[in-house]
Amino acid sequence: MNPAVLTGEHFMTGDVACAEGALAAGCRFFGGYPITPATEIAEHISARMPELGGTFIQMEDEIAAMASVIGGSCAGVKSMTATSGPGFSLMMENIGLAVCTETPCVVVNVQRAGPSTGLPTQGAQGDMLQARWGSHGHYEIIALAPSSPQEIFYQTIRAFNLSETYRVPVLIMTDEMVGHLSERVVIPKAKAIKTVSRPRAKGRKDRFKPFEPGPNGVPPMAIAGEGYNIHVTGLTHDEMGYPAMTVEAQAKMMAQLVGKIRRNLDDIISTEGYELEDAEIVIVSYGVSARTSLAAVEEARGEGIKAGLLKLNTVWPFPEDQIRALSERVKGFITVEINLGQIHLEVERCACGKVPALLAGHPGGTIIPPDRVIEILKEGF
Amino acid sequence: MNQDKKQPGHPLDGLLRTDRIPHIWCPGCGIGTAFSSCLIAMKESQMDLQKTVMVSGIGCSGRGAGYANVDSYHTTHGRAIPFATGMKLANPELNVVVFSGDGDLFAIGGNHFIHAARRNVDLTVVCVNNFNYGMTGGQVAATTPYLARTTTTPAGNPEPAFNLPLLAYASGATYVARWTILHTRDLTESIQEAFLRHGFSFIEVLAPCPINYGRRNKEKALDTMRVYQEQTLIKNDAHPSELDIDFDRGIILGKFVDVERPTCSERYDDTCRPKELMEEEKAA
Ligand code: SF4
Repeated sequence: MNPAVLTGEHFMTGDVACAEGALAAGCRFFGGYPITPATEIAEHISARMPELGGTFIQMEDEIAAMASVIGGSCAGVKSMTATSGPGFSLMMENIGLAVCTETPCVVVNVQRAGPSTGLPTQGAQGDMLQARWGSHGHYEIIALAPSSPQEIFYQTIRAFNLSETYRVPVLIMTDEMVGHLSERVVIPKAKAIKTVSRPRAKGRKDRFKPFEPGPNGVPPMAIAGEGYNIHVTGLTHDEMGYPAMTVEAQAKMMAQLVGKIRRNLDDIISTEGYELEDAEIVIVSYGVSARTSLAAVEEARGEGIKAGLLKLNTVWPFPEDQIRALSERVKGFITVEINLGQIHLEVERCACGKVPALLAGHPGGTIIPPDRVIEILKEGF
Repeated sequence: MNQDKKQPGHPLDGLLRTDRIPHIWCPGCGIGTAFSSCLIAMKESQMDLQKTVMVSGIGCSGRGAGYANVDSYHTTHGRAIPFATGMKLANPELNVVVFSGDGDLFAIGGNHFIHAARRNVDLTVVCVNNFNYGMTGGQVAATTPYLARTTTTPAGNPEPAFNLPLLAYASGATYVARWTILHTRDLTESIQEAFLRHGFSFIEVLAPCPINYGRRNKEKALDTMRVYQEQTLIKNDAHPSELDIDFDRGIILGKFVDVERPTCSERYDDTCRPKELMEEEKAA
């Protein structure tokens, strides 16, 4: 039997590294459904979970997979699913349930080109706005975007930690290129991995209010079977968790769901800068595109162009303040992403007309070569 | 004699969220009776209520979870069963009861029902069948009898209805019964029996929806009860293929399936877990 944390140096795909990251983070329930290019995550976990005392189940569809993950988490077990575009669409309603009921869970989307069935085996980054707004109603959510197998290992652990800290679904928005790329992945010793578990209910069972925020704005969570007799609903609810069909209750619940994320942006948002200090042109990118963007920055620097890269490890919530601050001092932005302008819209919004915000986009199916980024840079600036 | 002057409590006081009463159900609605049977069965079965969870979907019956004073989860439309599946598999110590309606469990949620039955997930599913979508004002359902009138079949329902016990049986449910809310004693006993056994149990409860279904089909709540009395026939062990709901021929009630098969969790442990791990767990 293998341990939960496979300490050592490995050569593995992004999908497998994601699965190992989840297990290292303490994930012990996985409800899945096969879909290219995310299937390998489920396959790997199906083999690994039983020896760790956890449970893998292949559900009848992605709607069921997402529902089972929320059920597993409410039973007190860190839970996850993994999918791609069509399955992600099917999961949307229940992602909203997890948001509304403040149920921690992790959803991986190994993106492929859409719309519809699209290019099942070829990557894209076309679901980035769906990640933000795909479930109905207004809400806040966290989405991370790893760009290598090593990163996906760590970001999957981080996804669980954020999800448990804030009681919110966390989306890992990777792409087919990263999912299917084999690279060196170093897994540290188990004790070097920091894992976080949700704040838990304590104290008198008859007075417990399951949705009363704790000191950090997040309600301590009672698990099914602990004797708190909680009620949990996707209807607008009060602090008891009871349906409350009033405008006031809606406003209060929304303030809670949105506030707990917006008050903690510093903890949640993670970005990395390369050559940003004196950069005049800032390339904004994430996932596999951040890698081609880095090559473009190096090429541009070689030609004496002061380019830099802002790599978004967290895509949602969007690092608005950082883009706003940069727009005060740079000449412009280029967003590099494999869609026809999604995160680009955010950059444009935050640049607010102060400096140009250009797009190096692609309809999907392949990466954006560094040369294309350089071309756009030279044409635009 | 020691006379207790206090108001006698309701027998279900501990199990009802009394702070949420009045409930939303209409006068004459059958859901409340089905729900009480379910709570009485929970109480009488002596199951550990702290480890008991009620899960509902959406609809009038789906409000059940909101009134049960156990850990209770009101999920999305049609998804009570996969939610309950995740919960049960993640913590097999929980007793998980699904209480929901026919529209929720058999139209939008139909796929989940057949797969949970096939897997023999250890759940007790109580389905209140009132032949229509009550919550949204009385539309046709997958259970609406042929030619019945609803707001979306103003000329009568052109489609046939599901035979729910047959569907459950064919999908692999290990306990299948049908009662009406007039047969509360049988119903309660049946739910209790289902709670105490392992595997996927399904109990269909016929219940009037006088406000939306009855009104459009010239049937007052009491008329429906008369139908339940005069046009039903108890036939335990009847073959599920005979159980189509046909008021002219008479509706068959009873317990139709009660067999033992390994549950989903048992099979997973046997097939997938390393033997050493199972032995370690047993020793612990
Ligand atoms: S609409 Fe029908 S099913 Fe719903 S509460 Fe009223 S009577 Fe009951």
